[in-house]
Amino acid sequence: MWDPIWITVKLAFITTAILLIMGTPIAWWLARSKAWWKEGIAAVVALPIVLPPTVMGFYLLIALGPDSPIGQLSTLLFGRSLPFTFAGLVVGSVIYSMPFVIQPIRNAFDAIGERPLEVAATLRASPLDTFFSVAIPLARPGLLTGAVLGFAHTVGEFGVILMIGGNIPGETKVLSVAIYDHVEALEWGQAHILSAGLLIFSFVVILSMMVLEKKLGRRLR
Amino acid sequence: MTKPDGIVARFSGSLDAFDLSAEFTLPGKGVTALFGKSGCGKTTVLRCLAGLSHMEDSFLSVKGDVWQDGQDFIPTHKRPVGFVFQEASLFAHLTVKDNLIFGQKRAGDRGQLVHLDDIVSLLGLGDFLSRSAHNLSGGERQRVAIGRALLSGPELLLMDEPLAALDRFSKDEIIPYLERLFQSMDIPMIFVSHDMDEVEQLADYMVLMEEGAVLSCGPLKELLADPKLFIARSPKTASVIDGRIKSFDVADQLTELEIEGGSFLVPGELGDPGSHRRVRIAANDVSLASDLPSKTTILNVLPVHILGIHELDQSRVNILLSVGHNNNGSGARFLARITRRSLNAFSFATGQNIYAQVKSASMLDPHKR
Repeated sequence: MWDPIWITVKLAFITTAILLIMGTPIAWWLARSKAWWKEGIAAVVALPIVLPPTVMGFYLLIALGPDSPIGQLSTLLFGRSLPFTFAGLVVGSVIYSMPFVIQPIRNAFDAIGERPLEVAATLRASPLDTFFSVAIPLARPGLLTGAVLGFAHTVGEFGVILMIGGNIPGETKVLSVAIYDHVEALEWGQAHILSAGLLIFSFVVILSMMVLEKKLGRRLR
Repeated sequence: MTKPDGIVARFSGSLDAFDLSAEFTLPGKGVTALFGKSGCGKTTVLRCLAGLSHMEDSFLSVKGDVWQDGQDFIPTHKRPVGFVFQEASLFAHLTVKDNLIFGQKRAGDRGQLVHLDDIVSLLGLGDFLSRSAHNLSGGERQRVAIGRALLSGPELLLMDEPLAALDRFSKDEIIPYLERLFQSMDIPMIFVSHDMDEVEQLADYMVLMEEGAVLSCGPLKELLADPKLFIARSPKTASVIDGRIKSFDVADQLTELEIEGGSFLVPGELGDPGSHRRVRIAANDVSLASDLPSKTTILNVLPVHILGIHELDQSRVNILLSVGHNNNGSGARFLARITRRSLNAFSFATGQNIYAQVKSASMLDPHKR
């Protein structure tokens, strides 16, 4: 019973960390760029919100499979292709949870507006300096929301994981898949425990995020 | 024509459907007002000076350093410029003190030119250094923003209507700080304004703008006394005269002010002899006489020389005067506004020596010049 929990938490942490590091610059670009095609990129980022997880899982399976260029590269580097591995789950989760992290961060960057950045420039701060010492601190509520949503969303992921991760105990069997298995096997007791745990977890996460966001927002107003 | 220590600016181009073609030269010290009606491009000029806006066909040099020459464009963060925005725009995530030293920390050697303690006492910020920015009043925020700009050791301080977002009370509170600032800082400062009262009170020079172009540029008192400019057509048209305190009559409580070509009496004790003061004379408060009036309650009857008579409308004219009868018009200049009927009745003409009675003059400031 602890294996799926551990894998789920590990997956959610790694995914969130990657998304924060990768997603923040993307969100910054989406908020600041004047390129006409940027909304196209924004739409691609947002796609996982509306795309059925099975569709995404199917394409990922093909894209990462042993016959694909990515699959050949990963075979060359790691000796195997990504589907049905933990690394494969991370790739899938990063893509699937991307909009939930990037959107709130982009909104926070949008809300800062031009002025504080101009002020920083007149105070000798280079664009990179401004990004770290003005934009990031002012966008803290958005970064927090993005991290929490990304984490919670990864914890609750099911369809994509089943498609590209299979159901390998100790490797790719996460909580949501474990619950599904218990129900299939008519082990209602086990399913109850895990489901109730996830329910409470989700509630606590959302609640603490709302409280924290309110607090941070007040400080920055 | 180009003073090596001054500011030479030429901005021309189009930005967001606004055409700008502004050219001016300013001295390397003193306070300049960029004045004009809303939408005439003064803020755009200020943003171009700071490098926040980029007009392609432009040139800017400050004290001999070229900041822009067409495509060669030094970005804002590499220009030793201080900028105060209309709204204070303090960083919400920092305390007042961290806001103040934000630029100083990044300015290298120039950041050592101005000391935090001096700015704190100059602008009266001592009480709220550790507070966070949003607990301050509008006037206090603007003082912090000014201090923050100064601490970056700028070679040029730019202010975009620094008082416009403030209510009357905060304005009155901040103006003395601005005056102290203008006296104590040895750098050129340019502020944008559409309020002539502010300009008359604070500026030494003026760049007068209309519809994206510079109409005129020069010392404030010359521009205010120029009957050809649109500001001479305002109902509130006034001239300013700078003077030096000569003496104080204790019995009558009158201060005698020495001005170019004559002297001027103002009620009250205005300061120590030798210190500089500025008086504002509204054109409507001046009346003219062809001979020295023998009986009048008006204290200030100045011998003046008519430099020019300029039509204002069907019924009134502006008359440009220079103080003194025998100095070939080199005295302090000011405008008088009289009716056409009076002009004809007295048959005043350019070059004539007459007398001007100034009904009242307001002291502008305790301003060292």
